[in-house]
Amino acid sequence: MAALQNSTLDAMKNNQPQLLTEWIKGLEANGATRNLKEQDLKQQTAEFLHLVVSGLEKGNGQNVAAPGWDEARQYLEKLSHSRALLGQDSHQTASFIFSLKGPVFGLLQSHYKDNPAVLAEQLWEVSELLDALGMHTIRTFQKSREAVIKRQQEELLELSTPVVKLWDGVLALPMIGTLDSQRTQVVMESLLQRIVDTGSEIAIIDITGVPTVDTLVAQHLLKTVTAIRLMGADCIISGVRPQIAQTIVHLGLDLQGVVTKANLADALKLALNRLGITVSKTV
Amino acid sequence: MSPRSSGTHPINIEQDVVLARQLARKLATECGMRLIDLTKMVTAVSELARNTMVYGGGGDMDWQIIDENSRVGLRLTFRDEGPGIPDIKLAMTDGWTSGSGLGLGLTGAKRLVDEFELDTAPGQGTRITITRWT
Repeated sequence: MAALQNSTLDAMKNNQPQLLTEWIKGLEANGATRNLKEQDLKQQTAEFLHLVVSGLEKGNGQNVAAPGWDEARQYLEKLSHSRALLGQDSHQTASFIFSLKGPVFGLLQSHYKDNPAVLAEQLWEVSELLDALGMHTIRTFQKSREAVIKRQQEELLELSTPVVKLWDGVLALPMIGTLDSQRTQVVMESLLQRIVDTGSEIAIIDITGVPTVDTLVAQHLLKTVTAIRLMGADCIISGVRPQIAQTIVHLGLDLQGVVTKANLADALKLALNRLGITVSKTV
Repeated sequence: MSPRSSGTHPINIEQDVVLARQLARKLATECGMRLIDLTKMVTAVSELARNTMVYGGGGDMDWQIIDENSRVGLRLTFRDEGPGIPDIKLAMTDGWTSGSGLGLGLTGAKRLVDEFELDTAPGQGTRITITRWT
């Protein structure tokens, strides 16, 4: 593949103000400037164009992963990050770069108007370069989004597993939402740990907030019950609603040996009973 | 018999199983299913969608709401291009599993729905169609 010619580079370098004006015009036309201050836009376009030119000057060609493009890459990463914070989507951020194509192509067209073969070749090179930079922006944008999602998932993991003490010796674990394997693992660990820490004798797992109890959920519950028993404590599963009970029967799940109750109040009553505690109204 | 509406939902990662359940819940509500029937259908979807992901290596769930002689039904087809099931009789035995589950997913799902159709061959993938009428 032919490299970018010096003459192309010079043309871009010497016509920066013109390129900038046209670029900003293009950005405004396709709506990529929404929510952006004019001053910021001017500064960003100027800085980026400067970085592109200096990147090319270092003779790095189209390989944007090369060290010579470090500055430009970092600038784009910062840019797409700040755009993401402004609530812009990846499309808008990428079109920031793709809009530069128009003005550069126009410039090259007049620069090489006597030499169509070189023009085509140089257009291709510039196009490749800007595409690569644009793709890099999208990739970075995606990455920062993914980081946010991952953090939220981790936060959810923590949030959804509160083990509460109902009484001396009675712990309750209100489960909510989907019991996928990763979360159930965390739930199980924190419950077992709390049983040790508090020396509790009875643990109540409440599944009122679990919409679907299928074989995987049942398997997790059974494993948890077994582990609790191995530690010398007892386990009651509460919140078994009528539709869940019927579904469990049809699935053919064997929950024999596991104490279940329709609601948390009944489970607590049973737990207190077993501990020999009576609660009575004061007359 | 005429499909009122239909669509396809991909099942490739664990999250898709959750979304498939949510979609099934929404569709079953649209069909006017009672809570108990809805819960059974959603549980069957959970089993089959997970099988599609874990054993079939990912696939799709086609859904269809059908009107037939004044009754409404929800028909779902789980398709994958996985290894298929070599021994259907064995796979339809309670408690048998080729993985690490309880071995009740396939048979349990069959008991949870009105119609259950299994079409598979080694190396040809698996298609399971379930229907529940209101």
